Parts: sequence; structure tokens; C-alpha cells
Amino acid sequence: MNYRTTFASLAALPAALMAGLPAWAQEAATTATETATDAAAAAAPIIDKGDVAWMMTSTVLVLFMTVPGLALFYGGLVRTKNMLSVLMQCTLIAAVVMVIWVVYGYSFAFGGGTSPFWGGTAKIFLSGVTVDSTAATFSDGIFLPEYLFIAFQMTFAAITPALIIGGFAERIKFSAAILFSVIWVTFSYFPVAHMVWDAAGLIYNWSAIDFAGGTVVHINAGIAALVVAIMIGKRVGYGKDNMAPHSMTMTMVGAAMLWVGWFGFNVGSNLEATAGATLAMMNTFLATAGAIIAWSLIEVMTRGKASMLGAASGMVAGLVAITPACGTTGPMGAIVLGFVASAACYFFVTTVKHKFNYDDSLDVFGVHGVGGIIGAIATGILCAPSLGGTGFLVEAGTMGAQVAAQIKGVVVTILWSGVVSVVAVFIVKAVTGLRVKEDEEREGLDLSSHGERAYNY
Amino acid sequence: MRALLFARVRFPGPAIAKGKDVKLIIAAIKPFKLDEVREALTAIGVRGMMVTEIKGFGSQSGHTEIYRGAEYAVNFVPKVRLEIVVADALAEQVVATISTTAKTDKIGDGKIFVLDVEHAVRVRTGETDDDAL
Repeated sequence: MNYRTTFASLAALPAALMAGLPAWAQEAATTATETATDAAAAAAPIIDKGDVAWMMTSTVLVLFMTVPGLALFYGGLVRTKNMLSVLMQCTLIAAVVMVIWVVYGYSFAFGGGTSPFWGGTAKIFLSGVTVDSTAATFSDGIFLPEYLFIAFQMTFAAITPALIIGGFAERIKFSAAILFSVIWVTFSYFPVAHMVWDAAGLIYNWSAIDFAGGTVVHINAGIAALVVAIMIGKRVGYGKDNMAPHSMTMTMVGAAMLWVGWFGFNVGSNLEATAGATLAMMNTFLATAGAIIAWSLIEVMTRGKASMLGAASGMVAGLVAITPACGTTGPMGAIVLGFVASAACYFFVTTVKHKFNYDDSLDVFGVHGVGGIIGAIATGILCAPSLGGTGFLVEAGTMGAQVAAQIKGVVVTILWSGVVSVVAVFIVKAVTGLRVKEDEEREGLDLSSHGERAYNY
Repeated sequence: MRALLFARVRFPGPAIAKGKDVKLIIAAIKPFKLDEVREALTAIGVRGMMVTEIKGFGSQSGHTEIYRGAEYAVNFVPKVRLEIVVADALAEQVVATISTTAKTDKIGDGKIFVLDVEHAVRVRTGETDDDAL
């Protein structure tokens, strides 16, 4: 399979476009710039209306994951007095990152540069991109309008920092949450997206498989949440006050919206409406179902009752774990992955977290970080044809080599995001300060930061 | 001086005598028993009551809730508080009706208190005490 190889060829497209409609005229230009493999057979660029329709749908589905999906999922998990702060952070971060994405983010990630670490500045302000520009897919000669590719990737960039806020919810200053997100997407999300998905990228060239963003989105965000949660300190009253979720109903609704939206995330990452996309679709159903069952079963066995929060947590854990694997794992492998990831996340959030005694308010690391790491590594195992997968990507063609590539990708992402997050926290601390005052925290961020109340009964 | 003024306002002449005829019954019961109790009370002639959703504790201890491994002890149990003002003659029967109807024989069935009411007024007509009920 030819993973996102052809993003690099984007740079050459303006040339191809000048040739206009006559397809044969473009052949030379396109072929010349296609990355090494398969280029010889490159046909005239074709934009398939079916692909465009599916990818526009996927793009909107991923937006739906952030607002309202993630916002409601997180919102239900905080106390009544902090509901709006979480909704606002998700909404504003998504909006700010969208603007940043077209100003320089897209260029930093997919600007066509040859550095293994970032995409360069060639496409700042979407320079050179027109409505006729195209972006490559996994099939030779099949393209998407570049605006569509930019929009699809934009929604990924928007949700990732919004995921992080769960780690420091209920105590962060609003300005600090926004500033941290800006610094973090700039120096962690854009480079990691380039490293993993661009044909020039470091991790990409290790042949690590990350179909829809297990490292780029989930490990990346999970580590950042862990770092900030530790550095900002626990919530006032942590371990003493009742911090039970204020609305499990909202949380269930939000989690279910995430599941629906995740089909855009995972299946859309196929970039085309092909048979390969249907495998990702199956897996996005099955891994999640397996994970929900696993979490509920474990709860019944360990404490006698299956909780709604448990089922919702299992749902998200399964979705996170299947994200990198959804295009290369067989359906049976997906169920197993869901089970394993769910069990690991359960053990982490109920036992390990309390041992280490830090306050990752909404378990971003415990679910997205841990689930993401398990998913990323398991991708290297489950893509084995003997396990129903679609085959290894590494040159050696062995499971050991593929798993090694996966682990290298995970380690780089953990270190990169960790270091950027630590530095970002210091900068934010100096510029805006991190936490609200203690009495503001007790009053609740809705009133103290936003001057309004979530519920007026 | 202050006490004197207070006393004058609080104990208007006629009310002291008539007020003895009216009782306030406060009962805390299990919420799911509310409708049954209301029906039983209506049947014996009670014509109104006030209902409040409350939380409290008695001999019934609360429960623990667990959210992803974080345990919270919930020490206050939800109850319904009834306030019923009736003529003296009916009071005993009201207490008996509530205690038989709200009874489940398990801890947490609730409590009933009976108090004297000094004065009662019907807002619409200005009728007082017994007539106001």
C-alpha cells in the first residue's frame, strides 16, 4: 500500500494545473514529481465525484466530533459550575486552530518541504492553492480537490488540542487554555502530523502505520494532557470534595456523537470511497463494540455493576485504539484490539492513576494516551496477513520489524509532545498565568471566567 | 423594649386561643411513597399539603458512587417532606395514615413530627385558623 506517499506531489500541482484540461499534457508534469514508486504508470489526474462527496461528509463528521460531541462528552464529566468553561474551551480552541491552520498550519504540516520534521513555509496563507489545486490520494492518478484535503486535515488539527483540555479542566484560566493550544499545535501537532503522514516525514519513512491518527492525535494529545495536568496541579478539594460528573446523560450523548463522527475520522482517512474504506468502517464499529463490552464486563466482575460512564469510557478507548489500525486490521483483530485496549485503559484510570496521585481530570492520558499507545503498537501485530490484516508495510516484511517501527513512532511522538508541552506550560505561566484564583475555582469557571451559568432552572 | 414589641406583633389576642385548634404535621417519607400517601390522606379528608424534595440522613446510611475508580460517599439520602396543616381533631388520624401508608418495614421509612400552629390565614379571603384550612 502506498501510504500518503503522494502528499509530496502536491507541490508540483500548480504546474500540472497550468496545463488545464487536456489530460495528456499533464502526464509529464505529474509523473516527474510523483515520489519514487509507481510513478511510471501515473495516469491523468482524476477527481472522482464519489470521493469528493464522501470526503466532504467525513470532514463535517470530524467537526461534529469536536462540537458538540467532545464538548458534551467532557461537559457532562465536570461539575455543574464548570460546564460552560469546557464547552467554551472546546469551541474557541477549534475556531482558533482552524484559522491558524490556513494561515501557517497546513504549510507546516503539508507544505511540500523535504524536511523530515516539518512541511516548510511554501503554503503559508494557502499560497498557491486555488479551487483547481489537487491533492493526491492512495490511488495513482486519483486526486481530491486540495481545498477538501485542507479542510479535512483542518478538522483533525482542531480536535486534537480540544482533547487536551480534559487534562486540566475545572482549574485552567481561559486565556491559558487558548494560548497553550496555539503554542502546542504549532510546535507539536503540525510537526508530528508532518512526520507521520507526509511522504517526507521521519516516522512515515520508518514505514510506521498510523491510518487515522493514533500517534498524531491521540498519543500526542494524551501526553500533553498528562504533562499539563501534573504541572498545573490538582483541583482544589481533589480527593475530598465530591467531583462526580454532573450529567452522565450529556456524557453518553457526547460519546455517542464521537462514535458517529469517528466514521469521518477513520473511514475518511482512506481519502477515497473505496472497498478499503469499508474495512475501516467495519473496524470502527467492531473495535468499539468489543471495548464497550470489555469495560462493562470488567466492571461487573470487579464491583458487581456496569456503569454508563464505564460503557462510554470503553467506547472512546476502543475508538482511540482502532484509529491507527482501522485500515490494516481484519474485523476479528479489531474486536480483540477493542477488548485489550479497554481492559488496559480501565486498569490505568481506576488503579494506576490513583497510585501516582495526579489529577488528569477527565482521564485524557488514561484513555487517549494509553489507548493510543496500545493501538499504535498493536497495529504492527494485527496487520499481519495471518491475523486477517492487510500486510506489513516495512521492507523486512516481518511482524517484529513492523512492531519496532510502530514503537519508534510512539516513542518519538511521546518525547516530542512531552517536551513541547513542558516548554509551552512555562511560556503560558509567564504570559497569562496557568490557574484561576482559588476562590474563582471554588465558585466555578462558568461564572468567574465567562460570567454566565449553564443551567437556570 | 425590643422583646416587648416583638411579643406584641407575634401574639395578637384572638389568635392565641384559636391557634391551639390547628396542628402542623411534618413528615419525611420515601419519595416513591408520595402518591400513595397523598391518596390515603385525601381519602380521610385532608384538603391540602406542601411537598418538598429534600435530602437528609437518619439511621439509613448513604451509599457510595464510583466514577472511573474515584469513590464518593453520598451521605444524604433523597426524601420527600410533607407539611400538612389540619384541624386538631384530624391530626392523629393523619399521623396514623401516613405511618401505615409510608411504611415498608425497612430502615429509612422516615419520621413524623406534630407541632402546634399559632395562626393560619387563607390569603384569598382572609379567613383564619380552622376556617382557613
